[in-house]
Amino acid sequence: MAIKEPVKVREVAALTRAVNFEEVVLGYNEAEALTEAARCLQCKNPVCISGCPVGIDIKKFIYQITQKDYKGAYLTLRERNNFPSICGRVCPAEYQCRKACVMSKKGHPYASANTINVHFLERFVGDHGMKNALDAPVMKDPKLSKFKVAVVGSGPAGLCCSGELARRGIKVTMFESLHKTGGVLRYGIPPFRMPRDILDFEIDSLKKMGVDIIPNFIVGNARSLEELFAEGYSAIFLGLGAGIPSFLGIPGENLCNIYSANEFLTRVNLMSAYKFPQSHTPVNIGKHIVVIGGGNTAMDAARVALRLQKMNGIQADTTIAYRRTEVEMPARRLEIEHAREEGVNFDMLVRPDEFVGDENAFVKKMKCTRCELGEPDASGRRKPVPIPGSEFERECDVAIIAVGLNANQLLTKVTPSLTTDKYGDVVVNKETMETSIKGVFAGGDIVGGEGTVIEAMGMAKRAAQGIVDHLLKQ
Amino acid sequence: MKILNKQVLGNAKDAGIVRIEVAAPDIAKKAKPGQFVALMVSEQGERIPLTIVERDPKKGTITLIFQVAGLTTKLLSKASVGDELFAIVGPLGHATDIKKYGKVIIIGGGVGIAEIYPVTKAMKDAENNVTTILGTRTKVILFLEKELKAASNELYVTTDDGSYGRKGFVTDVLDELLKKDKYDLVYAVGPIPMMKRVAQVTKPHGTKTLVSLNAIMVDATGMCGCCRVDVGGKVKFSCVDGPEFDAHLVDWEGLTKRNRVYIDKEQHICKLNQL
Repeated sequence: MAIKEPVKVREVAALTRAVNFEEVVLGYNEAEALTEAARCLQCKNPVCISGCPVGIDIKKFIYQITQKDYKGAYLTLRERNNFPSICGRVCPAEYQCRKACVMSKKGHPYASANTINVHFLERFVGDHGMKNALDAPVMKDPKLSKFKVAVVGSGPAGLCCSGELARRGIKVTMFESLHKTGGVLRYGIPPFRMPRDILDFEIDSLKKMGVDIIPNFIVGNARSLEELFAEGYSAIFLGLGAGIPSFLGIPGENLCNIYSANEFLTRVNLMSAYKFPQSHTPVNIGKHIVVIGGGNTAMDAARVALRLQKMNGIQADTTIAYRRTEVEMPARRLEIEHAREEGVNFDMLVRPDEFVGDENAFVKKMKCTRCELGEPDASGRRKPVPIPGSEFERECDVAIIAVGLNANQLLTKVTPSLTTDKYGDVVVNKETMETSIKGVFAGGDIVGGEGTVIEAMGMAKRAAQGIVDHLLKQ
Repeated sequence: MKILNKQVLGNAKDAGIVRIEVAAPDIAKKAKPGQFVALMVSEQGERIPLTIVERDPKKGTITLIFQVAGLTTKLLSKASVGDELFAIVGPLGHATDIKKYGKVIIIGGGVGIAEIYPVTKAMKDAENNVTTILGTRTKVILFLEKELKAASNELYVTTDDGSYGRKGFVTDVLDELLKKDKYDLVYAVGPIPMMKRVAQVTKPHGTKTLVSLNAIMVDATGMCGCCRVDVGGKVKFSCVDGPEFDAHLVDWEGLTKRNRVYIDKEQHICKLNQL
């Protein structure tokens, strides 16, 4: 049987979308989802599942779509994934399930384009569930209803763990240090990729299940873990995230208008700086914006920057500068494609060496060296090697550094009994996700460093089970 | 997050000093001298850091003192008793390392006087001999003089225009004190030029000097790096690594310039809001 072409997902045209923060990908309608689902070979040995960090029964939910059993498909997804509408939008499927799909060419860093669009199907089913108020079955266990659990952090891990525990009838209080919940889904991922109504819907569902949410609260400084236990919490989950931005460590990096991607995105996404002056938080928009990095955060920052230029009548000039080439970029292929369609420039094989400022210490140019690819490094990707004599300068009046994040240490620093590794990440028992403190569990980016939303949720789900087992022993 | 008390402490034409007492029981329980909160006046508001000046754990309140400068402090100064702040979070930052140093000079300039108050009390309680120097531009914006006098062994006041105390700068007094006697610690909070000058004056004497920096912050929990400052050649985040640093290691020029990054936008938004 000839493999049909994949169904292209509907999107807002590049010129229309790059001037606002509305969602770019419109998703599949029913007919499109059915056509795409019908392409699935329904392999006897569905290797795609091995590519999913939470082990969703991909074969089954796609089959259920072909049978128009969308409710069944939704419940199949929900067995493993609490937020299919979110993951269907942000999962890097081409590095996960789609890469494992039998239709993908082997030995390539990401999946071939003809593999099944599992993520778009997941999104279709997730959105169907949301629209039709479907929900996973509540499994209230009377033995658990007397327990209170504190969840620290309301990002992907915290949201997932809270949902899992509340579903079992446990009373959950979720603490968040910012004034809004959602963690990176709110301050990091822009609304054109993760619409806020979807996030709000998921958070509202948690509230309906009885989860208490306390924003503006710093667990650690305002209340220690011991004090939480003393107040009657029987277990604590830490979903603290990887919050601390890395910088390049090159001269001139503290000049004005050099942002970490976290700062730039937080100003725009969380603090609505794009609505300045109606919103009071400012952000400076340059004529020549350079984003350094090749991950999803770099793509998000560049696409936000480009939109701000366009919305403010500035000739769009936003460039992503990356040390390697496009193939090595860790970003989702879709984001790279979207950024390019919208008009973001790409300058590959560039090593930033120095930022130079004007008399008021505002950045005005970036000194760089051209690179070529050498031997593979520890990450398996070919290492960028600077070419002698290839130094050059580029105009740059706003620079955004998107080269990774480190562990959030707000809590770990004031909790010496919590064992961390050399990166500041919390050390856990991989099966139960329990930390060095009995009754304290952790998951998400605070365990093992920066990962994906779905990996964070996978860990949170395991931790929720660890917590349930811990409570039942009491 | 309700404002329970409000008092105008000093009022010059262009520089009001306002004290508010805010209900924040969790912060009141834990705040230590040197720590701060981040607050938002409204949902559209900016997050700004303010030092916790006093706390009353029984009442569940904290006291903040601010100078009316930008849009957020202007809006905050217009809030009334009974109004709720949209958000307040803390305590943030490292607390001051309070212990017995011996002879300590504590300097407060302008609204920095508010920030040295809890530190001065704690240093005195830790059996230090505390000499306090307060400096403002002019008499009407001087505040907490009586309270700080009670918390110090000795107190000096300077005003730029000579309208009260000695005419001149805090560093004039500091220089004389250091020339006469040996001190174990100088602690200073105030405008950047003042703190920079303090560092210059104490350096030749080799006196350990701490300053509390007022960098621009967003989340104030270490997530954005907006408040980064070069300290001894290393990038430090004022919010989580500070706010206190060794004054002799701070890149004052860099900090001064970074703090001016939004000056045009600030003027624009204040004008738009007719403030």
